[in-house]
Amino acid sequence: MIEARSLPRLFAGAGTRPATLAEHEVTFQPAAARRALLEELEASGLVGRGGAGFPTVRKVQLIKAQRGHKYVVVNAMEGEPAAHKDHRLLSTNPHLVLDGAEMLAQMVGASRIAVCVARDNPTVVNHVERAIHERERRNLRGPAIDLHTPPWRYVAGEESALVHWLDDNESLPQYRPTKPHVLRIGRGAALVDNAETCANVGLIGRYGADWFRALGTAQHPGSTVVSVTGAVTRPSVLEVNLGTPVATILATAGADPDPQAVLLGGFGGAWLRGEDLATPYCNEALATLGLSVGAGIIAVVPRTACGVAEAHRVVRWMAHESARQCGPCAFGLPALADDLAQVLRGGPDAVAAVARLRERCGVIEGRGACRHPDGVVRFVRSSLEVFRRDVDDHLRGAVCAGARSTQHYLTVPALEHEEDLVWE
Amino acid sequence: MGVIRRHGSFVLQVNPILCDGFGHCAELAPDLVHLDEWGYPIISPDPLPLADVGAYESARYAERGCPRQALHVAKVHEGGAGTPAPRAGDGPVSRSPRPL
Repeated sequence: MIEARSLPRLFAGAGTRPATLAEHEVTFQPAAARRALLEELEASGLVGRGGAGFPTVRKVQLIKAQRGHKYVVVNAMEGEPAAHKDHRLLSTNPHLVLDGAEMLAQMVGASRIAVCVARDNPTVVNHVERAIHERERRNLRGPAIDLHTPPWRYVAGEESALVHWLDDNESLPQYRPTKPHVLRIGRGAALVDNAETCANVGLIGRYGADWFRALGTAQHPGSTVVSVTGAVTRPSVLEVNLGTPVATILATAGADPDPQAVLLGGFGGAWLRGEDLATPYCNEALATLGLSVGAGIIAVVPRTACGVAEAHRVVRWMAHESARQCGPCAFGLPALADDLAQVLRGGPDAVAAVARLRERCGVIEGRGACRHPDGVVRFVRSSLEVFRRDVDDHLRGAVCAGARSTQHYLTVPALEHEEDLVWE
Repeated sequence: MGVIRRHGSFVLQVNPILCDGFGHCAELAPDLVHLDEWGYPIISPDPLPLADVGAYESARYAERGCPRQALHVAKVHEGGAGTPAPRAGDGPVSRSPRPL
């Protein structure tokens, strides 16, 4: 049993290789069947760790109320290039994630569990495969666990795209006119949960809601895993108590002590100013600044960097990663990237480009089938606001030193040729 | 249509995945649909009363005139936002789970 107020929880007993089932059951106790799993989950107040921050119990109740066969989908696709939390979790405590998935399956009455890991990371795929094989020999009853390896794309980890892939081998988001919408594989309702959420369910199912709530804040309880990248001396994946000041997390990773801004939540997230680093890292405190924890990414950008240059690289890549299904996303995001390039070049056209950016953001928002364009719009708006000084410099024609430098702080993958993009 | 529907309201919805920007909807229902700079429709998500027969009929024209069948008129009843339309998945249940 792990002490309620101690860390690490999710990474307890973590070594250099994934814990075997026997080791896992020494660290955590064997998963006993709790009767009132659903009540415990409700009392725990767990919110999803995939980015949207939706209460897990509401999703479980929605799927539980459906008729017929059900599926539990463990989403470890990790679409954000700066995120490493799900992969780290699956390469240290894979059985905790699988325990949680089995508990979720028990709660909703699902007969199959699909664990989805991007095929671009064969090491993690191998770890998960071994973990599933170990469990197969142990229990023949219970839901069947399958491993699925869709291609890695930014939107492939979006829940409707993932379910589409499982249903029809295409990693493309689906249109959902009604809310809440039940995603289906064939005719069976699918419960999609992030791998970290499943691991937290695995802990709640063992130790109960009170134990879980000993860490974190009232509305955002528990601990969470963050990936710290950018201008840091030790890029790391850390498990933190929710409510820890952002500055403390940055200090642990050896970050620049006086950054210009930090990106929270990933490429669909928003910037936190360097002056606000004392803000607690939890949704209720960040919401007052229009931010959220998102997918647990903190990317540090120092004062020497140019915010416009960083934003342009991200938006150009995000535009490229659009599934090109919806017009506003397929045409709008490249238009945003072009506008940002114009601002980056500076000069007389840049003033018009900034006005156009603001207008286009309003036009694009909320008009895609998934939230990909909305995430980019949030990022662009936040960049224009937080890096106002850099933007003004570019408008005056005084292109800042950071824009001329070749050093960049946000990790953006190389653009692939459009015809090389794999969706199935 | 002749019948004045006093109760409830409707909303014109577009499936952005099907929509290819033909732009017929903006001609058939100019009061409800505007096109953005790339030719894709911008439709207000606010429900309109069914009693507004002119708007309702032009919404139906746009729905029928869409070459990609991307538009649909959804009735919004009091109390609930979107209408849960009957779906294929809500029908009779298959006998065995599909192997993934």
